[in-house]
Amino acid sequence: MKLLTCLKQIPDRDTRYEINAAGTGIKTSDLTFEISECDEYSLEESLKLREEHGGEVAILTLGPQRAEKSIRKGLAMGADRAILVRDDEGKVTTPHAVAKVLAEVLKEEEYDLILTGTQSDDWSYAQTGVLLAELLGLPHATIVMEIRADPAQKKVKALREMESGWFQWVELPMPAVLTIQAGISQIRYASLKGIMQAKKKEIRNVELSDLNVDLSSIPEIEVLKVYFPVVEKKAEILQGSTAEVVEQLVEKLKKEAKVL
Amino acid sequence: MSEKIYVLIDHGEGEIRTPSLESLALGQRMAEEAGFSLHALILGNEIGPLAERLGKQKVDSVLLVEDQKLANYDPDVYCRALSEILTEDQPYLFLMGHIYQNIDLAPKLAAAINRGLVTDCIGYRKEGDDFVFVRQMFRNKLNADVQFRSEHPWIVTLQTGATSVDDLKEGSGQVVERSLDLSAVELRRKQLEAFEATQGKVDLSQAELIVAVGRGIKKAENLKIIEELAEALGAEIAASRPVVDSEWLTRDRQIGSSGQTVSPRLYLACGISGAIQHIVGMKNAQCIVAINTDPNAPIFNIATYGIVGDLFEIVPALTKKLKE
Ligand SMILES: Cc1cc2nc3c(=O)[nH]c(=O)nc-3n(C[C@H](O)[C@H](O)[C@H](O)COP(=O)(O)OP(=O)(O)OC[C@H]3O[C@@H](n4cnc5c(N)ncnc54)[C@H](O)[C@@H]3O)c2cc1C
Ligand SMILES: Cc1cc2nc3c(=O)[nH]c(=O)nc-3n(C[C@H](O)[C@H](O)[C@H](O)COP(=O)(O)OP(=O)(O)OC[C@H]3O[C@@H](n4cnc5c(N)ncnc54)[C@H](O)[C@@H]3O)c2cc1C
Repeated sequence: MKLLTCLKQIPDRDTRYEINAAGTGIKTSDLTFEISECDEYSLEESLKLREEHGGEVAILTLGPQRAEKSIRKGLAMGADRAILVRDDEGKVTTPHAVAKVLAEVLKEEEYDLILTGTQSDDWSYAQTGVLLAELLGLPHATIVMEIRADPAQKKVKALREMESGWFQWVELPMPAVLTIQAGISQIRYASLKGIMQAKKKEIRNVELSDLNVDLSSIPEIEVLKVYFPVVEKKAEILQGSTAEVVEQLVEKLKKEAKVL
Repeated sequence: MSEKIYVLIDHGEGEIRTPSLESLALGQRMAEEAGFSLHALILGNEIGPLAERLGKQKVDSVLLVEDQKLANYDPDVYCRALSEILTEDQPYLFLMGHIYQNIDLAPKLAAAINRGLVTDCIGYRKEGDDFVFVRQMFRNKLNADVQFRSEHPWIVTLQTGATSVDDLKEGSGQVVERSLDLSAVELRRKQLEAFEATQGKVDLSQAELIVAVGRGIKKAENLKIIEELAEALGAEIAASRPVVDSEWLTRDRQIGSSGQTVSPRLYLACGISGAIQHIVGMKNAQCIVAINTDPNAPIFNIATYGIVGDLFEIVPALTKKLKE
């Protein structure tokens, strides 16, 4: 099977965000970055499918040069090769534009399955995978928690998570796009051998300007302002040493809230 | 002619889904403010009674599209039906709930008709004559105001719980039937079996006391302090999704939009940030206690009592105190 995972690099979980000078995004200098959680699960899933059916796993990323570090991690986990579409200046700023760029690269060769995350952990639009499917004219399924591929029949079964603990199996003809949900399987660690091998694997850099995409035709949305939400804190915050707060809490739960 | 706002009404098992009513309530407010007309759009098969019910809300009309092919959600058919209607009617705004079905559908629709889409909005504000939409991002730590620069219709999905159905205003709107020719649409996705994963396993819906644990616990071995606290309280253990995704606890203990919904007397959240998908599953607890190192964690916005501190200190101390 030819498998491709879209992988996005994002600021890591413990980041203390600061708003940038323009007020329309965050400062990205001095941050550390990681692979968006769903994408790590999605890469793991493509590796499992390759183990079962043979074939190859490619990674596709749109991002600045620093994204290479996350791509190397993906290669160390076991992916065979990678394509990085370089956007060092951050020109591609909406899900639709991202999908258009990714689609342009994906038109170059046919994959049986294209996997993306359900939603990224930074801008969190939850759009890119489905936009990509429609732009490529492919069928899709979202929020996927299990995959059973049948390459001989060119079919794939995907288990879709539904609300409130429900699940549903759907079947699609391949090629198809699946958006992967966190928790689909357990993510492997890169082995030392994997890390060594990753150094020799190919990351093909593609310049945005080399792609035939017209970003001006994209229905734009614009972020006017990014800010810390002003919230009215409802909670009564208990103050004091550990012993003091614990004592207050038990007292309040018994006498005030009367839940103990 | 005034501009129009369309709201998609989702339904299941003969009932209108609550997130759609929330979207309708927001639509009513926006239409009123802007002087636009408001129209509820419902797709399905044999859903006349639902359309009648919608007609009793304050709407200018209810657009009813019935077709056998629309009986169950399918992305190809639903996308085609909506594309045709939106292209023909050109509403200003198309509102839908940010539910799983529309996460599957909305971006497909946006790509099909080449229009802008802003997902998972929690509200809007007026900026001059225009609407600007507010959404959360960066793990709910930041908000963004987003404006459309694209042609209408603008497509917006609305976060569950962002508006209240209590705000819905009654009125009367005429049901207008609309027929579409969907015969040529090819259904590429085959629907197979659906099942409920938690059935017959741990049922937390009746639990009186719950100790819930989140990613702040860091690894499975650390769960011991949570178990000890639960034991001292006589409480059930529950978890946020990442804890379950990592297989530190089983899926049937997950609380939230893709897990169980609970309403205990006490919900003690340890190392849980309070993402919306978690909150929807536990916000009806009588008393919520949050223990978190981050004073800005959203969980403190809904908690009754909060302790800003390290759970590895607080939890054992609390257990000890309770045992006294
Ligand atoms: C340097 C830089 C600066 C940017 N600045 C801004 C900004 O100021 N404002 C703004 O709105 N956006 C900005 N973006 C774009 C933004 O980060 C998102 O990529 C875009 O808005 C897509 O939305 P999302 O991440 O919410 O995707 P979602 O739709 O939530 O993503 C779902 C899935 O799609 C795939 N995917 C998404 N993006 C990529 C990608 N780049 N490469 C590979 N796979 C991907 C992943 O599998 C992901 O899990 C910037 C991007 C770069 C590189
Ligand atoms: C379609 C979809 C469905 C979803 N369904 C669900 C669902 O049903 N249920 C659910 O829970 N989530 C669900 N999620 C995931 C949800 O968006 C959040 O990612 C998740 O709830 C976060 O879990 P958390 O609070 O445990 O982790 P995090 O957000 O990582 O928060 C961990 C918290 O622990 C705190 N912390 C760290 N160390 C300590 C310490 N030593 N002491 C005290 N506090 C500490 C941190 O300050 C932080 O606030 C869903 C997401 C999607 C996209």
